[in-house]
Amino acid sequence: MWCITALSLAAQQSPQEHPGQYSQSDIEAGSRLFSSQCQACHGPTGDQVTGIDLRRGQFRRSTSDEDLAKVITTGVAGTAMPPFSLQAAEVNTVIAFIRAGFDPAGTAVKVGNAARGRQLFEGKGTCGTCHRVNGVGPRVAPDLSDIGAARTPTALQRALLEPSAVMMPINRPVRIVMKDGRTLTGRRFNEDTFTVQLIDQQEHLLSLEKKDIRSLDVQTASPMPSFNGKLTADEMSDVIAYLITLKG
Amino acid sequence: MRKYAAIAVAALLASFTLHAQQVTSERIVRAAEEPGNWLTYSGGYFSQRYSALKQIDAANVKNLEVKWMLPNQVFGAWQSSPLVVDGIMYLTMRPNDIVAVDAKNGRVFWQYRYTNSQDQRVCCGSNNRGVAMLGDTLFMGTLDGHLVAVDAKNGHLLWNQEVGDPKLGYSITLAPLVVKDKVIVGVGGGEYGIRGYITAHDPKTGKELWRQYTVPGPGEKGFDTWSSEHWKTGGGSVWVTGSYDPALNLTYWGVGNPGPDWTPGQRPGDNLYTDSVIALNPDTGEIKWHYQFTPNDGYDYDSVQVPVLADIDVNGTPTKAMLWANRNGNFYVLDRATGKFLLGKPFVKVNWMSGFEPNGRPIQTPQPAGLPTYPGNQGGTNWFSPSFSPRTGLFYLSAWVDYASIYRRQEVQYVPGRTFAGLGPLTLTPVPNVPGPGIGRRSPINNWTDAVANGAVIAIDPKTGAEKWRFKQYDVTESGNLSTAGDVLFTGGREGYFYALDARTGAMLYRLIVGGQVVNGPITYLVDNKQYVTFISGNTMVTLGLRE
Repeated sequence: MWCITALSLAAQQSPQEHPGQYSQSDIEAGSRLFSSQCQACHGPTGDQVTGIDLRRGQFRRSTSDEDLAKVITTGVAGTAMPPFSLQAAEVNTVIAFIRAGFDPAGTAVKVGNAARGRQLFEGKGTCGTCHRVNGVGPRVAPDLSDIGAARTPTALQRALLEPSAVMMPINRPVRIVMKDGRTLTGRRFNEDTFTVQLIDQQEHLLSLEKKDIRSLDVQTASPMPSFNGKLTADEMSDVIAYLITLKG
Repeated sequence: MRKYAAIAVAALLASFTLHAQQVTSERIVRAAEEPGNWLTYSGGYFSQRYSALKQIDAANVKNLEVKWMLPNQVFGAWQSSPLVVDGIMYLTMRPNDIVAVDAKNGRVFWQYRYTNSQDQRVCCGSNNRGVAMLGDTLFMGTLDGHLVAVDAKNGHLLWNQEVGDPKLGYSITLAPLVVKDKVIVGVGGGEYGIRGYITAHDPKTGKELWRQYTVPGPGEKGFDTWSSEHWKTGGGSVWVTGSYDPALNLTYWGVGNPGPDWTPGQRPGDNLYTDSVIALNPDTGEIKWHYQFTPNDGYDYDSVQVPVLADIDVNGTPTKAMLWANRNGNFYVLDRATGKFLLGKPFVKVNWMSGFEPNGRPIQTPQPAGLPTYPGNQGGTNWFSPSFSPRTGLFYLSAWVDYASIYRRQEVQYVPGRTFAGLGPLTLTPVPNVPGPGIGRRSPINNWTDAVANGAVIAIDPKTGAEKWRFKQYDVTESGNLSTAGDVLFTGGREGYFYALDARTGAMLYRLIVGGQVVNGPITYLVDNKQYVTFISGNTMVTLGLRE
């Protein structure tokens, strides 16, 4: 007997490069640069300095890639972090390696400006018309208040580009026709052999007996649109920067 | 007045005689003749988890009601299967307590508490599956690898014998099996690089009388199925109670995975007797025959299912058979006198093999790296008890359906007492970050849905291996099964329902919403000539009886 973790076939597929992602060669170059310049203090897994876990995206004062670049090039006064005289392109590769989770074969997305990202979330992106954050917004789509703790920037970018491909089965939209003729649409919280618990479009919590249900259709297409082409690569980086600040 | 006194004395004597009756191996051999009691883990030596009781039947089972409940004080999957002897129930509670309760109302006579060593380590939960009884003595294995004997009358410890070193990962989670004048146990620890064994003990002192390793050493038969020094850490744990055929004088035990779990290339060879059933002479421990279900296993397909013995017709010939639904996804029928392979057929999707050679050896078809293997790591079924009803002729098991794992192989170095398994499997899911069903229920919410796995009780005709019916469950199930002469199949599941099904058709006759997962094997018994059914839901034992 043994315990198991989850993974998908999709995650096994070779990474594709999207706009807003660092290139594979950047990540590999960053890996080499990290070993020679950063590893002595930050350690091989990037968690040797208290309060910082580079591989997992935990920083003391940085959110965006711009913040990271500034810390690398100017250092942090009063700490052991010195300024490094690296070319902008070299700095870029180190950030790419960090954002790839220290996996030279991984993918790394650019993380922009969180404040701008929040404006996009609430404005142009219209994310807030379905998603709730810290008590504000509807509950129709999953609450994102702690999404930054649960998802990497790479996973968030994929969700923005291909929402249906990464929609969790429990979040699949359901359309239920009851035997009494009522039609209900919503999102499941839980299901078993005899019952299903869901939140409907009007945010009612419903617990239904399957014996009262005529049909239960589960859709695999997400109601969330792809933002591919709707947001620029930089805008997407900003939205991701905002989302990863949401730690619950 | 005198007459009434005489009657009272006679009644007292009758009652005294009943309660003074000792549990003997002979009595367990004839367990079917006293279905009011539940004398050994699976109800009888043939391990059919079948009862001849029929007060509760398909017609009146809908009138069941809760008679009593008894909570454990410790959370976690409570896998214990109790014994009932002459109105007293003996059960273990996590981690290693024994309680004696009035089987009629759940009132507790006494509680014995065993304190495990700080060195104890178990891979998969602080599980214990129950006690064995001989005379007035109860026997329990412990998480720290000991076997203890406790006085059934007052819960006092009689002796405490180390069977395996907990610092090296040895543990005991199964219910012991009493055969004749011996208490037989096996050791867990297949994820710690143990070399597994089965031991027999003197019930009076605990002294080890024989030891049979499940991984042969130099000079022993089967040693050539290992290379280099791998046999020393070869696994072969034994963590589910075996069976016994008195006429053949053979005791049958399922053997667990080889170590390390997921790196078959690290231990070339068939790796006997891992993932096998072995038939032992209970007097000496000598292995009379074996059948290996999964040679050179790379999937953790422990063969620690309960060996179900049944006398059935196979191809028109009356056969002393062994029925076995294996974790590897196949249902098997073996000749239990010789170990000869008679039948093998998948009961869930299987792609690690494509068929059998005539001698029963599987034709293995390892899947390319990154692609899913069916069934997944937890198997098509696992340790939870199946049932066989001689009345319906059907074999019943709880199955995981449409469930697969992707295996990652990474060789691992042995460090004493440390996990020795390899990198491990990942559950096949449709998108990333989806939780999987795992071992035991972690929450009352199924948030992987039917897209990852679901459950079923499957009824198989052992004459052909054909499925007769299937009772589908949305979530996976780890419930044991109990069939009765009332033609009722009692089962449960991880969703927190307890069921009575029509043993012939699979139709649901009764459902009780109990909330907690049902993982143990239900039992049934009589007190004052009234039939009860007992199972565990979450951390509560529940006993049902007919409404009066």
